[in-house]
Amino acid sequence: MSKPLKQIHLAAHFPGVNNTTVWSDPAAGSHIEFASFAHFAATAERAKFDFLFLAEGLRLREQGGRIHDLDVVGRPDTFTVLAALAAVTEHLGLTGTISSTFNEPYEVARQFATLDHLSDGRAAWNVVTSWDAFTGENFRRGGFLPREERYARAREFLATAHELFDSWDGGEILADQASGVFLRDAGAGAFAHRGPHFDIAGHFNVPRSPQGRPVIFQAGDSEEGREFAAADADAVFSRYATLEAGRAFYADVKGRLARYGRTPDQLKILPAATFVLGDTDAEARELAHEVRLKQVSGATAIKYLEHVWNRDLSGYDPDGPLPDIDPDPGENTIALGRASVRQFRDPFAVARQWRELAAAGNLSIRELVIETTGRQTFVGSPATVAESIDHLVQADAADGFILVPHLTPGGLDAFADTVVPLLQERGVFRRAYTGRTLRDHLGLAAAARPVAHSHR
Amino acid sequence: MPSPSSSPALHLAVALDGAGWHPAAWREPGAAPDRLFTAAHWAPLVAEAEAGLLDFVTFEDSLALQSTHPTESDGRTDQVRGRLDAVLLAARLAPLTRHIGLVPSVVATHTEPFHVSKAVATLDHVSRGRAGLRIRISQRDDEARHFGRRKPDEGRAALLDEAADHIEVVRRLWDSWEDDAEIRDVATGRFVDRAKLHYADFEGRHFSVRGPSITPRPPQGQPLVTALAADSGAYPLLARAADLGYVTPRDADEVRVAVAGIRGAREAAGLGGGQPLHVFGELTVFLGDTQTAAARRLQRLDAAHGSAYTSDAPVFTGTPARLADLLLEWRAAGLTGFRLRPGTHAHDLPAITRGLVPELRRRGVFRRSYEAASLRGLLGLPRPGNRYAAPAPGPAPVPGPAPAAVPTARA
Ligand SMILES: Cc1cc2nc3c(=O)[nH]c(=O)nc-3n(C[C@@H](O)[C@H](O)[C@H](O)COP(=O)(O)O)c2cc1C
Repeated sequence: MSKPLKQIHLAAHFPGVNNTTVWSDPAAGSHIEFASFAHFAATAERAKFDFLFLAEGLRLREQGGRIHDLDVVGRPDTFTVLAALAAVTEHLGLTGTISSTFNEPYEVARQFATLDHLSDGRAAWNVVTSWDAFTGENFRRGGFLPREERYARAREFLATAHELFDSWDGGEILADQASGVFLRDAGAGAFAHRGPHFDIAGHFNVPRSPQGRPVIFQAGDSEEGREFAAADADAVFSRYATLEAGRAFYADVKGRLARYGRTPDQLKILPAATFVLGDTDAEARELAHEVRLKQVSGATAIKYLEHVWNRDLSGYDPDGPLPDIDPDPGENTIALGRASVRQFRDPFAVARQWRELAAAGNLSIRELVIETTGRQTFVGSPATVAESIDHLVQADAADGFILVPHLTPGGLDAFADTVVPLLQERGVFRRAYTGRTLRDHLGLAAAARPVAHSHR
Repeated sequence: MPSPSSSPALHLAVALDGAGWHPAAWREPGAAPDRLFTAAHWAPLVAEAEAGLLDFVTFEDSLALQSTHPTESDGRTDQVRGRLDAVLLAARLAPLTRHIGLVPSVVATHTEPFHVSKAVATLDHVSRGRAGLRIRISQRDDEARHFGRRKPDEGRAALLDEAADHIEVVRRLWDSWEDDAEIRDVATGRFVDRAKLHYADFEGRHFSVRGPSITPRPPQGQPLVTALAADSGAYPLLARAADLGYVTPRDADEVRVAVAGIRGAREAAGLGGGQPLHVFGELTVFLGDTQTAAARRLQRLDAAHGSAYTSDAPVFTGTPARLADLLLEWRAAGLTGFRLRPGTHAHDLPAITRGLVPELRRRGVFRRSYEAASLRGLLGLPRPGNRYAAPAPGPAPVPGPAPAAVPTARA
């Protein structure tokens, strides 16, 4: 007996601050103006996507002591854009990346509860834990979090936020005009949290929102990150969108759920995925190559290499061979504010591996960077792409994908018009929204309402 | 201190909060108090204010439940309790409006200036140049316990001083991108001109912030910064930080004293000659077709509430025509506009937009159409230059925001 077809989840990642986003294309528009966000959201909603996703970085990236100027730089505030998008969309989930390191739970909880109210139940929070002191210089308390503590703080932050969300059970507001009773009881919102990171008590001041709690995303890849996801998240934003890496990650993270008394369907695995479409597979491949050349200029390739080498490599020829000197060990002081720097924990191993790759394929620096950072997950005709997406999901490499187009804001349009109908024909993607909240779209159970407090 | 030059002679804002400012406002007909936490409650209110061509609306906020007690929860169940984050609320309403300014309250005491700066800059991007903020401090013990980071026993003067630093950081971050920092130079492969990005490098008593902002400079350059000065203790904050101050005098003499005091503080801070500053009077209003009808409404609300209404601002009861008389008298004493707190949104907001506004127009002191696309433009305030930019030869261009193409929006 064959397994029933899994339904695919699709989301749209607004093209952002990294070299995936091709800004030099004549079709590239503003990444700041609200009209761009509104267009992007409208396309995602027209295509019946689950949600729109915004990344966040809290300091402009620097390289060699200067602000990095080769990629898109600058982005609007996550909460503010999502709240505005709630006004121009009706069903689309609104997922915001918000740091648990550079914020306080009371404030973030009321922002998410507010967003959930203002969107009628479409809010989600991607809890990230980037911790570096470089980013910390923009905040009151400076670079205050040792790396080892990032998930301890994140988990306590989330637990505290949940206590705040649950401090209203949803039945408190009577608002009886005749009797003059607004609140059923004076204990609404009462909470007390005492822990190593937060010691706070009082009353949460946003009544229970439509979803009760926002949907929780996790996007860290370390052992601790995966454990956090298994324990506390509704969805993971991962980086593994190929069949093998995807299946390994999927099995690993879903395998951790039982320890927390959870079932595999309670956590959705949604890798980031890029795509290039063409009328034919050959045309798409050609286009994909052009896109890669735009994404990785010679200068960009050298800068990328510096993330690993932790040295100034500006004297090297991007069309020449890899440096034969070794990476500079220790804290990376060359490239600051970079996710990829955090990712290369063992630069010597990465350098060794890259040298082997370059030697085997006779690759220049630029060709190597194009090769190793090639995250073009789906390249082909709409039929090919629909087929691969469906295949990866049915093979449990993912529950769906967070698509990252390389163009702002129109990069999703062709996908919506050509690939989505094919997925619908295959019976693996919705033709219409069947629920109202993001939890509905993701097939997640509604957040349990807390039992009315004992002090009542 | 120059007063801002502006064509419409009198400026008008409304302060929105819950169902209105009277504690029994939620019990009035039309209040729909079960919808206070939905966009559907707020959208028609802001639409009404915009139909009346008001300069801006403000949204109250706090980091604790509303309370009649100055530092603690009061445990009352007969008044509106609970509120939405004001910045997000303003952002939610921005795509539904085209002209009116949106000014959320922000508590400086417990928030990060970096986050506030990019949030209000983004509100300005989203509304195409209609954002402001009202900066507040918090002396409440309960709010401090919600953050758990600081002792609540700092004095008011220290918190006001910190709020002025907070705004200084916010403003530096707004300027940390020059207007034309994004160059998209395909030939050299550079997206931004890094020479046009600047560190804020603020070092103060309470915090330090490096910068630059992650968000490009907002359309207004500097969104409108406002603050309430219920007494002279807050004048240094107004003098250092604000584009617009709210004051609460009770008669024309007190207006003169307040305006002179703020002018003096501004001059003492060395800003006397340069930047214009609006001083708005603040009034809670209960309006009616006749003096008796207005007084009866307030009596009815007081009876429902069980005690007489008191406020930190003067309370006005009467007809729109009589209110117009008062506003003109106080304007002659030195105010440039007013922020009115509707006693109830359901009745007093339309009484302002459909009663007071036409009355002011008849007297030739209020606009007949929106004459500018940005909030600063409506208030006759120039678009500020950038403190970090090299002085340009000739007058600075004024890139007023383009008229909004309003996307399909829903309440
Ligand atoms: C696909 C993906 C996307 C991410 N997006 C962000 C982001 O937008 N902002 C951010 O601060 N961190 C982002 N991160 C990194 C953080 O999620 C993570 O908290 C940090 O790297 C530390 O976690 P880790 O050591 O478990 O990887 C992302 C990570 C992944 C895998």
